[in-house]
Amino acid sequence: MNSGRIITVNGPVVRATGMRDFAMREMVTVGKLSLLGEIIRLDGDDALIQVYEDTAGVTVGEPVAGSGSPLSVSLGPGLMGSIFDGIGRPLARLMEKEGAFVTRGVSVPQVDPDRTWEITPLGKVGDVVTPGTVLASVKETSLVEHRILVPAGLEGEILSILPAGFHRASSVVAKIRDSRGKERSVPMISRWPVRTPRPIAERLLPDEPLLTGQRVIDGLFPLSKGGVAAIPGGFGTGKTVTQHQLAKWSDARIVIYIGCGERGNEMTQVLEEFPVLEDPRSGRPLMERTILIANTSNMPVAAREASIYTGITLAEYYRDMGYDVALMADSTSRWAEALREISGRLGEIPAEEGFPAYLPTRIAEFYERAGKVTTLGGTRGSISIIGAVSPPGGDFTEPVTRHTKRFIRCFWALDQHLARSRHFPAISWIDSYSEYGDEVKDWYAANVNPAWASLRERAREILAEDDKIQQIIRLVGEDVLPDDQKLTALTASLVKNGYLQQGAFGPDSYCPPEKGLAILDLLLGFHEKAERLLQRGCPFSLLRGMKELVELTHLREIPAEKKEAFADLKKRLFERMETVDRERIAPGREG
Amino acid sequence: MAVTEYVGVEKITGPFLLLSGIPGVGYDEIVDVLSPDGGVRKGRVVLVDRNSTLVQVFSGTEGLAPASTAVRFLGRELEISLSPSLLGRTFSGIGEPRDGCGPVLGGVRRAVNGSAINPMAREYPRDFISTGISSIDVLLTLIRGQKLPIFSGNGLPHNQLAVQIATQSRLVGAENFAVVFAGIGIKHDDAAYFQQRLSAHGQGGHLVLFLNLADDPVIERIATPRFALTAAEYLAFDLGMHVLVIMTDMTSYCEALRELSVARGEVPSRKGYPSYLYSDLASLYERAGVLRNGRGSVTQIPILTMPNDDITHPIPDLTGFITEGQVVLSRDLEARGIYPPVEVLPSLSRLMKDGIGKGYTREDHPDLAGQLFASYSRVHDVRSLAGVVGEDELSPADRASLSFGDAFERSFLSQGGEENREISQSLDLGWELLSSLPVQELSRLSMDEIEKYIRKKGA
Repeated sequence: MNSGRIITVNGPVVRATGMRDFAMREMVTVGKLSLLGEIIRLDGDDALIQVYEDTAGVTVGEPVAGSGSPLSVSLGPGLMGSIFDGIGRPLARLMEKEGAFVTRGVSVPQVDPDRTWEITPLGKVGDVVTPGTVLASVKETSLVEHRILVPAGLEGEILSILPAGFHRASSVVAKIRDSRGKERSVPMISRWPVRTPRPIAERLLPDEPLLTGQRVIDGLFPLSKGGVAAIPGGFGTGKTVTQHQLAKWSDARIVIYIGCGERGNEMTQVLEEFPVLEDPRSGRPLMERTILIANTSNMPVAAREASIYTGITLAEYYRDMGYDVALMADSTSRWAEALREISGRLGEIPAEEGFPAYLPTRIAEFYERAGKVTTLGGTRGSISIIGAVSPPGGDFTEPVTRHTKRFIRCFWALDQHLARSRHFPAISWIDSYSEYGDEVKDWYAANVNPAWASLRERAREILAEDDKIQQIIRLVGEDVLPDDQKLTALTASLVKNGYLQQGAFGPDSYCPPEKGLAILDLLLGFHEKAERLLQRGCPFSLLRGMKELVELTHLREIPAEKKEAFADLKKRLFERMETVDRERIAPGREG
Repeated sequence: MAVTEYVGVEKITGPFLLLSGIPGVGYDEIVDVLSPDGGVRKGRVVLVDRNSTLVQVFSGTEGLAPASTAVRFLGRELEISLSPSLLGRTFSGIGEPRDGCGPVLGGVRRAVNGSAINPMAREYPRDFISTGISSIDVLLTLIRGQKLPIFSGNGLPHNQLAVQIATQSRLVGAENFAVVFAGIGIKHDDAAYFQQRLSAHGQGGHLVLFLNLADDPVIERIATPRFALTAAEYLAFDLGMHVLVIMTDMTSYCEALRELSVARGEVPSRKGYPSYLYSDLASLYERAGVLRNGRGSVTQIPILTMPNDDITHPIPDLTGFITEGQVVLSRDLEARGIYPPVEVLPSLSRLMKDGIGKGYTREDHPDLAGQLFASYSRVHDVRSLAGVVGEDELSPADRASLSFGDAFERSFLSQGGEENREISQSLDLGWELLSSLPVQELSRLSMDEIEKYIRKKGA
């Protein structure tokens, strides 16, 4: 194996000489402690290396050894339900080995090669297979059937395949004679370089929604399976809580959660909560479909840069098996800052606010690895990416937010004012948008409620109109408004408090789309009827005084299965409104 | 590694000494810098190269001459000596005794930079700390193992509040508690205030102080919180104590970091602060928490003064992204004589949601807090409207909102500097205030809660 010598140490950036035979982006071990690093620049005999672990104590003259391959992750059964650091080391094994604090230079296998798995072969000797063909399946967890696929670039005839039964993860699943007559092995554990996207057959239009159980998202700003969304917001606006909500309740089959430069306690919370929380669809613990990548804010910055790629590579691996994967990256700003820090240490000329000029390219490369696809094996799979963005000072014009907006199609802007009045999720109905509305319309019409698109449109109209009315109210007060504007303000307030606002805890935490639409239908139904009464001359003050209005802000407390409760209330409300109107015209009749 | 000593440095610039390339010197290694008069200063290796070694001197390079200065490489990182006799002691910003009682002997030595806690090894903090302060207990609940900074401004009573939290919290009072205080570039009077007030409450023997005063060397400030946190981790995770760490003023820390960064000629980021300010602050703040197999805990209350009271300034901004919430103090409330002047709307406790409610504080706590926030937030909108159209033109609901706001500030936020309110007392006070509002306004409560806590009261 190649080796060189260190000549400079500058924080996470190390310069070494004697590196002529190394390759760009090759993974290396640095110094006597064997710290992991990656070559980021080659210059004659010298190389610059970014080191993924703390370099304290490293001296000039220590060796650098090559590995012959770029930064890669091991892929195989046993990933599901685990937590890894930014470069893919399993934190549970690290803790067994080193205790409560993460230490340096420790090498542990990503996937345990000695663990045995029950294998069901799906091909037989003599079968002709192409890339993506499922050779065998492994029950990884009760929710995930792990599929061992023929890797890209290999086709031929199966020479041998493991029989059904228990086998170690280090086994070879099948031997295949390729088109040139050469014998090739397909191991259960494979490796893939994280910076290279895994190949697919074809990209498809993302026309099926990722149901999240969050009313503001499912109802107003939907995300597709295979779509890309960003959640930007200043501190304390609820990025992480929203990301956790999506990780818990979205109807993806696999969830990859990347804690990139964020708090250690947040990862611990997921680790404690997910094994006991049940998936609302299968009733099984959420952890059985979740993989966590944790590079907490005090872990080395170079590994933060790598964590995003480690996560997306795992996502692609499960996508290739035909699953819908949702990937949460919290926060992509920390990743961008890691790029900036490394770039600064390399002495590169900065573009905006110290960020390197290639920042937008890197952001685009990351988000473009999402999508709904036909896999090499001919099945459908998807990766949806939800990236949190942490703009300094909550200012959305800063480079990371601005460039991210260019490459995503769904923008959930978190609003400081809403967060301060504890309206959660604090997703602004004015600044947010989703380009997936039209694409998922047909799916909603066919599967949930044909009125989805029209309700969505009407709700957004009312909220937009209300935004203008609120500006007037702030100047002159509500009393001077004409009745129809007062009604719009009232309905908007019902929609905000009764529909958009949703707790992250307790029974309201997950709202099935049918229930969300029932609430919206009732609120907008009220609006429409009230509008007609106003036109007939019924004064707004009479409608405002109806005691049923209180119930309209508490609709979310009605359990989802009580469908008739919504119909009952609607009937009662409409009758009451008719009565109010009749009494107005003939006040004497009642008394 | 053997200790090696070199006489003569090539260049002295700002706080840095440049030496020729010295084989075997490690990055981040600690050095003794010896001046001809026999003085010893501590320094740290910040760059190693074939041809040069750059050393940063903590107490500054004043009075050093290139030819006569000697540098002794110690072959280890910056360390602190720790033993139970730490309690009751006062140290300088780089861990040297400041109380004349000699060094801490017979203990373990730890590198002050610390290592990241493996998230697997953490326990998610859920234990409520009763501080006896209504605004904090009900709306910004402090949890054992949390990092909850106070965002303050010059002249606001953040010191008084920190002392009140330290003395009233239930953390204190038990046998196994300790308060570690890191004074970073603070005034002598502030340091004396903390020392006296905590001693007056009989906590002198549970207190460890690391003081870098305003006239002490600036570069030492980088090390001060690291010494304090290493001591805190030792007390918590080795001795099983519940430790409250007060670090003030984090603004001085960040300014020291900027000074050093500029001296090294690094590419600056926002407002001249280095691009690694976030990572650097995180390496301090993340050293709080509870370990799964440990008995103790480290709770942090960093205090920072926001330059020009600007919460979007990089220091409070980056801090807020790392810490688990923030307590923001308001100049406006202070001017109106309200103590503690906690501006609750921009304040937040992220760990609160999992440490309150049934089985923790009281089952009505979460929704009550949510409704108080929502109602008080409306007060601000109504006040600005009243400023335009006059109070007389307001609707009855708006007028109710105004009087709720005044009562909330006068009786809920405001309390005495020594007043210790029970959590149930504070919660009941909250319900009492809410019952003055029209029921239609209480959208954060469930119908059941309105029935139980509001209507009952009215009847």
